[in-house]
Amino acid sequence: MPQRTPLAEWHENNRGRMVDFAGWSMPVQYSSIVSEHLGTRKGVGVFDVSHMGRVAVEGNQAAEWLDSMLTRQVVDLPVCRARYTLITGVAGEEDNVQLDGAPVILDDALVTRLADQKDGSQRFVLVVNASNRQRVVRWLQARLPPEGVTLNDTTEDSAMIAVQGPLVFGHTAEDVFAGPLGSVFGKKVLQQLATLPNYGVLETELSGEPVLVSRTGYTGEDGVEIILGSSQALGLWKCLVEEGSAIPCGLGSRDTLRLEAAMPLYGHELCEKTDPFSAGLGFAVNIDGREFPGAEEMRTRRSSSDRCRIGLVFESRRAARSGDHVLVSKNGTDSICGEITSGSFSPTCERGIALAIVDRAIAEQECELEVLVRGVRLPAKLVSLPFYRRHRHD
Amino acid sequence: MEKSRRYAKSHEWARLEDDGSVTVGISAYAVEALTDLVFMQLPDVGATVTAGESFGEIESVKAVSDLYAPISGTVVAANTDLPSQLETLGSDPYGSGWVVRVQPDSVEQLEALMDQEAYDKLIGGE
Repeated sequence: MPQRTPLAEWHENNRGRMVDFAGWSMPVQYSSIVSEHLGTRKGVGVFDVSHMGRVAVEGNQAAEWLDSMLTRQVVDLPVCRARYTLITGVAGEEDNVQLDGAPVILDDALVTRLADQKDGSQRFVLVVNASNRQRVVRWLQARLPPEGVTLNDTTEDSAMIAVQGPLVFGHTAEDVFAGPLGSVFGKKVLQQLATLPNYGVLETELSGEPVLVSRTGYTGEDGVEIILGSSQALGLWKCLVEEGSAIPCGLGSRDTLRLEAAMPLYGHELCEKTDPFSAGLGFAVNIDGREFPGAEEMRTRRSSSDRCRIGLVFESRRAARSGDHVLVSKNGTDSICGEITSGSFSPTCERGIALAIVDRAIAEQECELEVLVRGVRLPAKLVSLPFYRRHRHD
Repeated sequence: MEKSRRYAKSHEWARLEDDGSVTVGISAYAVEALTDLVFMQLPDVGATVTAGESFGEIESVKAVSDLYAPISGTVVAANTDLPSQLETLGSDPYGSGWVVRVQPDSVEQLEALMDQEAYDKLIGGE
């Protein structure tokens, strides 16, 4: 039996097409993927992302320890800020996690620093992928220092809701109540949220219970992600949908939205063996003067990286899919120069789009590319990423 | 006319026309289940199709699905308006949303397909 989020019953009663995703029963869509996608691009979409893993890391050594475990620097992360990072592993002593020798990427994650406790103990939240959660938790738990850091997987006691779209805070700065959060938070909190920078985080309360609101998302739109107690989730969701007129969106449109925004998805753009420098994720690996599991290997990969991530747009509405080969034609001969990591019809571009990892030389010159899609060659145009960039009014 | 429509387990329908050809399409149930259709690949006129084997593809935002021939025969017409108007599959699946017309190797093949009652039972159980 797949696990159920606190909103599973609402999804089932509201035409959610439920599928088993990473051990959770989740809605792929309610109406149609395209309408949910465009609704989020034009207005506000809400997503139940409670399946994502949430791990609390606390203690007076928490910052230093996390810094030693993550590819991204943590010790300089300001309070109330989130940062994208990779979690790497290497095979070794007393391992609960099966690794076959070489360093691997266990997951990508958001690490958020909260305000310190009064006693100076530091508090962090890691948000990890549902599919990797148990493995990441086992990996980290086995490496906790004897004292000074505690780690708690809070996923099953909490929920997470993403509210995304250009109208999350209304049309203008004076208009924050017009957005769907206007029926959830009071004026003061709402204004604090509206002025949060990207990756900024606010710890606040909802009906007297603590909630964590981050100016983050996975759609390419402005918006927030809210972590709250399980018992609060349905109330918030109904408020957003029924009073705030936000559009309930499933995992289908979440995937097409993140693809247009060229955001990576574990299992596609990155996996255990991915070289992050070829995958366009070099920014998430701070290796100079730092140590973390596999840091030495990452230094080697950085200097030997000869591939890169590109965006492709097709003439047709047809899309290449993960694993399809990218072909380059030179002097009348074809050769495979890379492969598709994610591809889909793009509701915004109204044609097929795809992310691919190819030989670096390909991206540096003008050349004719084709993708072999189920035996058919589809011409593709190399474009700069992301496919979709939101209009910023600041 | 409604009664003469028969169905394959893979959700294509087939209907014998007065001229002896068989019109083939996709059931309303299947179109509803696929959702977000974006692309369709039709066979050429003159192509031979084999019952149970793929004769085309239909692609939604999420996935590509094969279209399976409900009967064996030769394609005598393809609805070339359809790929640019995929919404017709949903709005008129048994009329203007037809996919191909096939000259069947034998008309008896239709008897192996499900009638409306059997098909309704199949989709009711899914």
